Amino acid sequence: MANRITREQVQHVAGLAKLEFTDAQLDAFTPQLDDIIGLFETLSEVDTTGVEATSSVSDQLNVMREDVADNWGQSEALLKNAPDAARGFIKVPAIIDESEDNE
Amino acid sequence: MNFETTIGLEVHIELKTHSKIFSPSPVAYGADPNANTNVIDWGYPGVLPTTNKGVVADGIIAALALHATVEQHTHFDRKNYFYPDNPKAYQITQSDKPIGHDGWVEVDVDGVKKKIGISEMHIEEDAGKNTHERDHSYVDLNRQGTPLIEIVSKPDIASPAEAYAYLEALRQRIQFTGISDVKMEEGSMRVDVNISVRPVGQEKFGTKTELKNLNSFNYVQRGLEYEEKRQQQVLMAGGAVQQETRRFDEKTGETILMRVKAGADDYRYFPEPDLPALNISDDWIKELGDAMPEMPTKRRERYVNELGLTDYDAMVITQTKEMSDFFDATVALKADPKMAANYLQGDVNAFLNDNHVDLQATKLTPANLAGMINLISDGTISSKMAKKVFKAITAGEEPKAYVEAHGLVQLSDPAKLQPIIDDVLDANPQSIEDFNNGKKRAVGYLVGQIMKQTHGQANPQVVNQLLMTALKQ
Repeated sequence: MANRITREQVQHVAGLAKLEFTDAQLDAFTPQLDDIIGLFETLSEVDTTGVEATSSVSDQLNVMREDVADNWGQSEALLKNAPDAARGFIKVPAIIDESEDNE
Repeated sequence: MNFETTIGLEVHIELKTHSKIFSPSPVAYGADPNANTNVIDWGYPGVLPTTNKGVVADGIIAALALHATVEQHTHFDRKNYFYPDNPKAYQITQSDKPIGHDGWVEVDVDGVKKKIGISEMHIEEDAGKNTHERDHSYVDLNRQGTPLIEIVSKPDIASPAEAYAYLEALRQRIQFTGISDVKMEEGSMRVDVNISVRPVGQEKFGTKTELKNLNSFNYVQRGLEYEEKRQQQVLMAGGAVQQETRRFDEKTGETILMRVKAGADDYRYFPEPDLPALNISDDWIKELGDAMPEMPTKRRERYVNELGLTDYDAMVITQTKEMSDFFDATVALKADPKMAANYLQGDVNAFLNDNHVDLQATKLTPANLAGMINLISDGTISSKMAKKVFKAITAGEEPKAYVEAHGLVQLSDPAKLQPIIDDVLDANPQSIEDFNNGKKRAVGYLVGQIMKQTHGQANPQVVNQLLMTALKQ
């Protein structure tokens, strides 16, 4: 194993995604992710000297719509599809994390 | 030990567009929960966002209003986080190519002018709103996708008073562009602050803390003042400031520890693959710049230098664009500027406060205010009569018609006033004697009698003049 990613990094990334792994899963996933990163490293064999970084693979530019409101009337159907709903809200397990500052 | 303070402010401003930033759902308040949402807002698999042109335009306008450089090759980025207010598990925002950068606003703190730098401003989507009850939380995604502009200051702010002045300058300039209501009490302007102190001469910034729950400019200043002092005391006692988030308590004016920050945020930004990049043309920037209204700083200069208002009057009149426009229109109709300013700050503001309305929602018009002021200026009505007329114009009445219909015309003709004055003097010999014995109060009594005889319509200045002449004979 080439140690492209450590067990601790896998645990950290899992934490960001609100996932909890057992020791056995960490043992299994760490080498797998290491292989995946290894596969992507093939890309670094390409010489990109003098090539500007790109933010998009599309040739399209300036695709915009006019600022016109249009309510598609989907809320009822969407709420029906939610795991649980009440009084028009999506009902979720109590959120104890107070870090409601994602902006 | 002497300290210097460094304050950084992040301000979120909610834009007043018709539709959301990446979906055509309406941006509106008071709707039933989730009524203004569609599959895009819910982040369904396979949906594609489309950029709202109005939001990009507003971003350019904000950049221009804040003296920033518009980034003409801009794009959106994806900021990853997991939280139930955002079902996509990422926010579409801007990271390495924000729409505007390197701006500034000028502030005036106790007569000292200073430019405060703005490092960048970017456009992004807001998240939904959670409400928490005992064993469950409830998610309303109506706000999800509402367009925001985030404005990040440079660490140029050296005191809580400067922070207040910066926010006020920012609020005014954005308010004048019309892209947002910028009202903190309604959530269309939100402020995050961080503050650090360091001994004078130390090159490295001190450890900063972040403050939450600052729901007015005043609380921002008070929270920062408390935190500045707290950090200084920690350092003077030989301690170290921790990187942490603290909550401002409105009742005690103190800041309370909420949580210690462990490590930097890890949002794994990458360019948003669902949205093509933007190339903003010179023409578009020019078009938006040409349509920009005159900014409050320019207007204040004009009010002071050309119209003779005091700095204070000019400042109050330029609190909102509506007030300033109203003033300009009133003065354009030949109303005396000083009187127009006084009425707007006095009677008009009192009327707005009593009725909890904005100026544009009333029946007051510049034409009617100017009409009333001109009636005072030319002596047709007294300022006392104007109280009644003011009430009428707040109900949409035309002042001249009202004055005529209610016989509120001031009696200024000396030929008509003289006989009344003579009658009052004949009837009050005691007052004349008092006056001759040096009792000035006798004049007031006589004026009162004359006003009574004329049912309050006599012009007080003319009465005074005629009366004094008569008494001195």
